[in-house]
Amino acid sequence: MISLEQLTKVYGHGDAQTVVLDRLDFSVDAGEIFAVVGPSGAGKSTLAQCVNLLERPTSGSVLVNGENLSQLSEKALRVARRRIGTIFQSDGLYSRRTAAANVALPLEYLGVTAAETRARTAELLDRVGLSNKAGHYPHQLSGGQRQRVGIARALALRPSVLLSDEATSGLDPDSTRSIVALLKELRDDLGLSILFITHEMDTVLQVADSVARLDHGRIVESGRIVELLRDPASGLGRALRPARSHESAAADATEWFVSYTSAAVPTDWLSRLADQLGTTVSLLGASIETVDGATVGHASIGVTGADREHLIAVAHSLGLDARPEPAGESAPAEILEQVA
Amino acid sequence: MSIRSLNVPIDQIPALVFPALLDTLIMVGIVMLIVVLVGIPLGALVHNLAPGGLFENPPLHTTLSWIVSIGRSLPFLILMASIVPFTRFITGTNIGIAAAVVPMAIAGIAFFTRIVENSLRGVPPTLVRVAKASGASPLQIIRTAQLSEALPSIIGGLTINTIAMIEYSAIAGTIGAGGIGYVAVTYGYQRFDNTVMLATIVILVATVASVQLIGDRLVRLTTPHARTQARAPRVRRRETSLV
Repeated sequence: MISLEQLTKVYGHGDAQTVVLDRLDFSVDAGEIFAVVGPSGAGKSTLAQCVNLLERPTSGSVLVNGENLSQLSEKALRVARRRIGTIFQSDGLYSRRTAAANVALPLEYLGVTAAETRARTAELLDRVGLSNKAGHYPHQLSGGQRQRVGIARALALRPSVLLSDEATSGLDPDSTRSIVALLKELRDDLGLSILFITHEMDTVLQVADSVARLDHGRIVESGRIVELLRDPASGLGRALRPARSHESAAADATEWFVSYTSAAVPTDWLSRLADQLGTTVSLLGASIETVDGATVGHASIGVTGADREHLIAVAHSLGLDARPEPAGESAPAEILEQVA
Repeated sequence: MSIRSLNVPIDQIPALVFPALLDTLIMVGIVMLIVVLVGIPLGALVHNLAPGGLFENPPLHTTLSWIVSIGRSLPFLILMASIVPFTRFITGTNIGIAAAVVPMAIAGIAFFTRIVENSLRGVPPTLVRVAKASGASPLQIIRTAQLSEALPSIIGGLTINTIAMIEYSAIAGTIGAGGIGYVAVTYGYQRFDNTVMLATIVILVATVASVQLIGDRLVRLTTPHARTQARAPRVRRRETSLV
């Protein structure tokens, strides 16, 4: 388990100082994948460098399994770094070393015997499904394969925490999916805490259990993915599943926007809604899917001549949030007032 | 007696030129050994004292960089003449191979330090972070993430440096260091012996070409990318060009 307590990083002094990370607080449990998303310049790479102890925080601490690692001496820090495996962007391999020799790096630095290194390297390459590529050089591997080598290397010293610093950025969708599947598998098998730093919302949805959004060095929103997706007021939830464009309603119908807010939404909610309202409901656009076994989604529908309040109540009984304009364009309380 | 009769007969040219070539090779060999032994650590040090380096220290970096620049900015002839007292202090003489080695090594180290520094700058900075995150000590980082990755580039630079040293050895030859340069100057230039001049030119061109060839081979051998590409079968290349 890894936790950050009031982690702050300030660059520069006096008037010229910039707060890059502002009192970050979060923890990633064993067996959890926690994503941190944010636009470029939000402080993601500084966060990554503070977490793998390449940068010292100005104040606050990084704790791995309860032990504070951020106040150690330079030498103790080198040892402490071994407890956190880091997966870098796919350019992190040594070009003059084979896949096996790249995986062996941390073992070599530690001074592990050649025989033991060979055995462990073979085991790790097998773990990531690359045992037949041991003798290949990075330029002979695809982006996804290179990243698998990076993952094997990060696992070499059996860390309890894995930090993924934009590990899937620049990979094609297929490779990203396979890397994500591998990370989840490793998390389950080894009970790793995985901190997944990225700017790609799509990947977050695939990989993470929880997510936090970093903006201007602060965590502006965080929570479990499913809960965020079910909260129509959550900006992060909307960012994770952006609304696509939809058809417009017929002249006599009004457009409504519904989103799943509970696990109990029946799959035939559309016909139930039409039945209970005693009118026609047309589907204009929708995006429904399961994330981690829970169904989430949103839809735009056209409804002919129904009472607003009644519609909201019926939708609510079906586990849906309904509003006459897309969520996020104004605060929910105001919408309810307008409707009332 | 005509000037011609002073010329070295053709059959005696090998006996004149080959020992001189050997002298040059010894001179350049000793110099390059010193240059590599001093230049690699010095280049790595200068690189890592710079902002963003492992032992970031701007004042020390500026100082060291200035010293190297001074060594680089003096034309070799002037450097050689100006450090004669120093050379005599080190070697006890100011003529011969030993005396030539001192100024050549100084010029060579300054040159090679810059080459190493420049090669290290070409290594992606991520690799240093990878090494650190993998628990490497500063020396391990320099060895594996910096020097090893920059090796092909350093060898390329070493080739250029060696060729420059062959050139310097000829200049050193003019103050009595011996070697092929000495032969070219005393026989070819001062005695107008065109045959000897031509022989030294041919030998110098052949030597430089061989050094370059060996250097290129080594670069190719130490670059996995180039090595495997050379091995790739022709058919595959044609396939890719069709796509």
